[in-house]
Amino acid sequence: MSYYFTIIGTRDNPLFEVEFGTSKVGGDGIAHFRDEAKHMNQFIVHAALDIVEEIQWTNKDMYLKRIDSYQNNHVHCFLTGGNVKFMLLMNPDPMATTYSAYSTSPPSRPSTARQSTTLLAASPNSQATEEAVRAFMLEVYEHWVKCIMNPFYQVNQVVTSPVFQNRVGTAAKKYL
Amino acid sequence: MPAPTTATATATTNNNPPTPLDFKESDTIPLPPPKPFQPSLRHPASRKSIYDRALSRPPSSTSLPAFAHLFNTLITYHHAKSASVSEIEGRLNRAGYPIGIKMLDLLLYRQGGKAVRPTRLLDLLQFVHGVLWRGLFGRAADALEQSTSKREEYMIVDNEPVVNTYISIPKEMSQLNCAAFVAGIIEGVCDASGFGTEGVSAHWGEGDEMWPGKTIFLLRFQEKVVEREEGIKAAGG
Repeated sequence: MSYYFTIIGTRDNPLFEVEFGTSKVGGDGIAHFRDEAKHMNQFIVHAALDIVEEIQWTNKDMYLKRIDSYQNNHVHCFLTGGNVKFMLLMNPDPMATTYSAYSTSPPSRPSTARQSTTLLAASPNSQATEEAVRAFMLEVYEHWVKCIMNPFYQVNQVVTSPVFQNRVGTAAKKYL
Repeated sequence: MPAPTTATATATTNNNPPTPLDFKESDTIPLPPPKPFQPSLRHPASRKSIYDRALSRPPSSTSLPAFAHLFNTLITYHHAKSASVSEIEGRLNRAGYPIGIKMLDLLLYRQGGKAVRPTRLLDLLQFVHGVLWRGLFGRAADALEQSTSKREEYMIVDNEPVVNTYISIPKEMSQLNCAAFVAGIIEGVCDASGFGTEGVSAHWGEGDEMWPGKTIFLLRFQEKVVEREEGIKAAGG
């Protein structure tokens, strides 16, 4: 179970990104994405931005729930009032996900697959998943508002604060 | 004869593999290696950062004299730098703009879990008229009107803007309304929520005996915003 979380500015520019794994049910809190997933994750998340733009005028909620999925990846989105997108990509078994048509990928390991059935991304539409992601997003939103309240922060500036990064990591540990 | 000498020199250089420092002959200059990232964040003695501060506001926390002093300094600064009334208003507007962008998310956060983004023009106007005004001045604005002649123009009326409480305008600049600062905040809120404007401006509401300081904020939305709004309406959303 691995997560990729990124904050996208109003001009579809990335402001912050972090990878982490689950800390629940024996997870070690470290993302286990394969090498090719590093850029595929960014690609999948940016592809999902089109869907965000489609539904952002018909859905008033800030948490737009699961908006897209590609193979084993599920993308959840939280849209702030200022049109900044929090995108969370979750993958229950990243080592088994094939991104290309070539048969270079190792077969799915049954042990991890069985373990991940109790995890959130195994049922990306379930109530429990949505509640956990909502709680996570709301906590990040709180820190985000504190971050932009900094008088020296200008819109669409990249967030480099290690304190912000720690807070996001803590929220991830708590909910995901 | 200098020319053949130069040619020989170039030929010799071409035969040798180029050394990293030898970039005078070529027209490309190698970029310096990127500096390693060094965090320049400094902590105060208490080790508390902005992330440790609470976002919910104690009721009526800012003192009006303190604000009036700051606002006065702001106007004096921009007055000294501008040549015309419209330039002062433009500068005050730009000073308020980033505040608007930030206020939007702060106010939505304070509404708690039930907060919704303003997605329709009327929602946004009511947000500015009610929530924003209460957040800034502790009361709602006095009126919200739509222009009768142009469909993209809306007006928000404040009978007695708090920001103008201690501002007196000299005779030769009677057109100046320092609530242009508030207009900038409104513009920031509109822009951030995806309703681009052609500009928000503050005008004196003339001829009102009861409220001599009456100010009208004119919001001119972009054509595409109005078109999108009608598109959503037509789709039944």
